[in-house]
Amino acid sequence: MADETRKIAFICSKGNLDMAYPALVMGWAALGNGIDVTIFFTFWGMDMINKDRVDHLEVPPIANASMKMNMMGVPGYLGIPQIAGVIPGMTAFATALMNSKMKKLEVPTVREYLQMLVDAGAKLYACKMSVDMFGLKKEDFIEGVQDIVTAGDFMDMTDGAQIIFI
Amino acid sequence: MATRTIAGKTVQVNDEGFLTVPGEWTKEIAIEIAKEEGIAELAANHWKIIEFSRQDASASGKSPTLRRITTGTGISTKDLFALFPKGPAKKVARIAGLGKPEGCV
Repeated sequence: MADETRKIAFICSKGNLDMAYPALVMGWAALGNGIDVTIFFTFWGMDMINKDRVDHLEVPPIANASMKMNMMGVPGYLGIPQIAGVIPGMTAFATALMNSKMKKLEVPTVREYLQMLVDAGAKLYACKMSVDMFGLKKEDFIEGVQDIVTAGDFMDMTDGAQIIFI
Repeated sequence: MATRTIAGKTVQVNDEGFLTVPGEWTKEIAIEIAKEEGIAELAANHWKIIEFSRQDASASGKSPTLRRITTGTGISTKDLFALFPKGPAKKVARIAGLGKPEGCV
């Protein structure tokens, strides 16, 4: 076991901004520790590697009970009334807020993070069924996405890996 | 706290083999630990990374993260991973006589 390189595979199935970061942060930590990293993007997770969408990921406050107003400096843990979540501009507002907090912490953008992962040796793949369903092509993805693969291919290439579904 | 002798010098180390007193580090120790980590020879860019990491750590009190190293030295992620293959985060820190990087990026 000690001689064999540890392998981790992430399945990214969500396209919201807050759900894009877990695999990026853990993947980067894994690479830094010499662990082999594969990331498989499926369904909405493909927004993370979609050239036209990666810079426009959003985080909607609606139906998100954890997003409290203290993020905006309001003391205590007052929630955002769900009805307020439907006001036009609320999603853009929440997204801008999250992006600015990330920037302050010097966290790279999703596009930049993916580039770092690719440069460090992570292998990125898109899910064949989702690609077909959304009518996408390999050219629609950022550079660094190696291929469009089936679920069976994914099983073959992650033999012996620890798999994390996000 | 354990001690061990590296390159003729006795230094304090923790149970993972990281030096715990940055002042005890010497270039000879770096060369010796690098060999243990599978890096036969430290080239100019290795030293650039090691020196940046030590300066940054002494200024901030924290071992730098990989992203801090790439932005601080101008050495690309690709090159950093080629210079310190299979896990640069711990390798750089160990060779530079620092603790594990603090921070996630």
